[in-house]
Amino acid sequence: MSLWQYANPVKFLNLSGKVLPALSVLTVICLVTGLYWGYFVTPDDYKQGSTVKIIYIHVPSALIAINAWFMMLVAALIWLIRRHHVSALAAKAASHVGVVMTLIALITGAFWGQPMWGTWWAWDPRLTSFLILFLFYLGYIALWSAIEDPDTAADLTSVLCIVGSVFAVLSRYAVNFWNQGLHQGATLSLDKEENISDVFYFPLLFCIAGFVLLFLVLTLVGTRAEIRNRRARALVARERG
Amino acid sequence: MIALLIRDLRLALRAGGGFGLSLAFFLIVVVLIPFGVGPEMALLSKIAPGILWVGALLACLLSLDRIFALDFEDGSLDLLATAPLPLEGIVMVKALAHWITTGLPLVIAAPFLGVLLGLPAQGYVWIIVSLALGTPALSVIGTFGGALTVGIKRGGLLLSLLVLPLYVPTLIFGAELARRGVLGMDTTTPILMLGGITCAVGALLPFASAAVLKINLR
Amino acid sequence: MTLTVSNLSVARGSRILLEGVHFTLAAGQALILRGPNGLGKTTLLRTLAGLQKIETGQVSVAPETTVYAGHADGIKSTLTVRENLQFWAKVFGTRDIGPALAAFDLMDLIDRPGGMLSAGQKRRLGLARLMVTGRSIWMLDEPTVSLDTHAVDQFATMIRRHIGQGGCAVMATHIDLGLGADAQVLDLSQFRATDPAPQSSDEAFL
Repeated sequence: MSLWQYANPVKFLNLSGKVLPALSVLTVICLVTGLYWGYFVTPDDYKQGSTVKIIYIHVPSALIAINAWFMMLVAALIWLIRRHHVSALAAKAASHVGVVMTLIALITGAFWGQPMWGTWWAWDPRLTSFLILFLFYLGYIALWSAIEDPDTAADLTSVLCIVGSVFAVLSRYAVNFWNQGLHQGATLSLDKEENISDVFYFPLLFCIAGFVLLFLVLTLVGTRAEIRNRRARALVARERG
Repeated sequence: MIALLIRDLRLALRAGGGFGLSLAFFLIVVVLIPFGVGPEMALLSKIAPGILWVGALLACLLSLDRIFALDFEDGSLDLLATAPLPLEGIVMVKALAHWITTGLPLVIAAPFLGVLLGLPAQGYVWIIVSLALGTPALSVIGTFGGALTVGIKRGGLLLSLLVLPLYVPTLIFGAELARRGVLGMDTTTPILMLGGITCAVGALLPFASAAVLKINLR
Repeated sequence: MTLTVSNLSVARGSRILLEGVHFTLAAGQALILRGPNGLGKTTLLRTLAGLQKIETGQVSVAPETTVYAGHADGIKSTLTVRENLQFWAKVFGTRDIGPALAAFDLMDLIDRPGGMLSAGQKRRLGLARLMVTGRSIWMLDEPTVSLDTHAVDQFATMIRRHIGQGGCAVMATHIDLGLGADAQVLDLSQFRATDPAPQSSDEAFL
């Protein structure tokens, strides 16, 4: 038996139902630990004061924002090639989580930048790329809602996801090119290349893990809801026909 | 396929408002900007390439939903899909027709509107070059968006939402090309990127658009 | 130049509409697909034309022999009769629209824009398009909607002429086409899908 057996919606519901409680507990543990540790236990940064602690939310949410789209891309390909409904619905559920994560990343990015730059927004490449990603998410979600037939919606949004991914990568390079003259060096540096001392690093890991689990839990819950929705439709159709 | 191109051009011409509407919109946008940002020529001439590009882009958006919707509604799209023409070819021809009726007039009108914005003298050539290179991409990408939303009633707004993020790379390189041309800076990167995007999009996106049309015609 | 359909199932969206459809259409034959609205006549015809995919079963026909005329007439209202027909002639690679114009009595209307034609004239134009394509197997969906009895008679005459010349036609309709004994009738109600089969998309969720 391979992993593909869980492409069957009923089996998926069963497995995810069993796994979800444990996952949720784990998520809460990781998040609470990471956030509490990061916010209350670690000292304030000598340069940025306590505002740097926003990275405990900003970095994980940004990571999820990007990876959620990547997961949607894989799910879209699986749908187009193997026609597994669970895959298509998982992409739909993930997009909802992803768009909120992108929004959180943008807002926390603004909060981080404000004390440092004195403005609530700067068109630096990273933030701008996230803004564009946000628009891609909006388009994807809007397309799902606009189409009645679920299979057609799954097909069209999958193609949009694929084409959008190519353009998203292209936009990243374009935005880097667009902003190369400004803000050099003075921008936020979220990379792990920056020497975050261990004191900050470990709580950050916990937060990242917590957010990943949160994404998993929310996407599973969303997918289950979508599956149940389709079941209800099937039952109604049976009754009618 | 030439027959399809001629037919679409004829239809656009006779539809009344096809040609002129995007030009008028372009003019309106360009006229509104000074009202929004103030009449100072120094400021306007600095941002002129950008305004012209954004105006052209928005004007392109206007006519996107006509590309397929008209044929979809009166059943011609079904007939075209069952004709011995490849759907990818049909999509390309439609994009070309859109460019000829919308993009090309914008390219020609841009220098004239540049006068209103105080576009510096050396900018005229560059705005024409950048728009000429970039507007075909806008048509091809717009055709993809039109194919996605062809079955949706009042899909115009959704179409804009889907297409605008896809327009960003072309806009960035196109406006940058025009800007650098004005300032006399090195234009190699933007011109290569802009041309590259247009060629790649023209070569690859019709396949996606045709696939999407097939899905929508089911 | 025949059309053979065996054990065909067609679906719209996620519902299987018809299953086990089978018939054969040879040259010189006309077939009427009959059934109430919503049964799946249009879906079946569109599947035969290649617009929708086959759920199960087989359709054996050479694609270059078929031409489809949908429910909507596909006539451009701002183009004249001549321009409409010449376009399709070029697309399908045939040369001359003259015979079609003559056969369907459209010579006087040759320069009239499509938007100014009556319903009957539009139908004639639609049929003329089919003739202009030079294809022998005609697939028509509800060809006589909004036609008066005189126009319906004209339509029947034109179909008779087409099959008389060796062509064939399959038409989906729920009204009487006036072809009488010249056309076989296939009632599609017998192929109504009993239970949405497991391939139906929503069913996969139960």
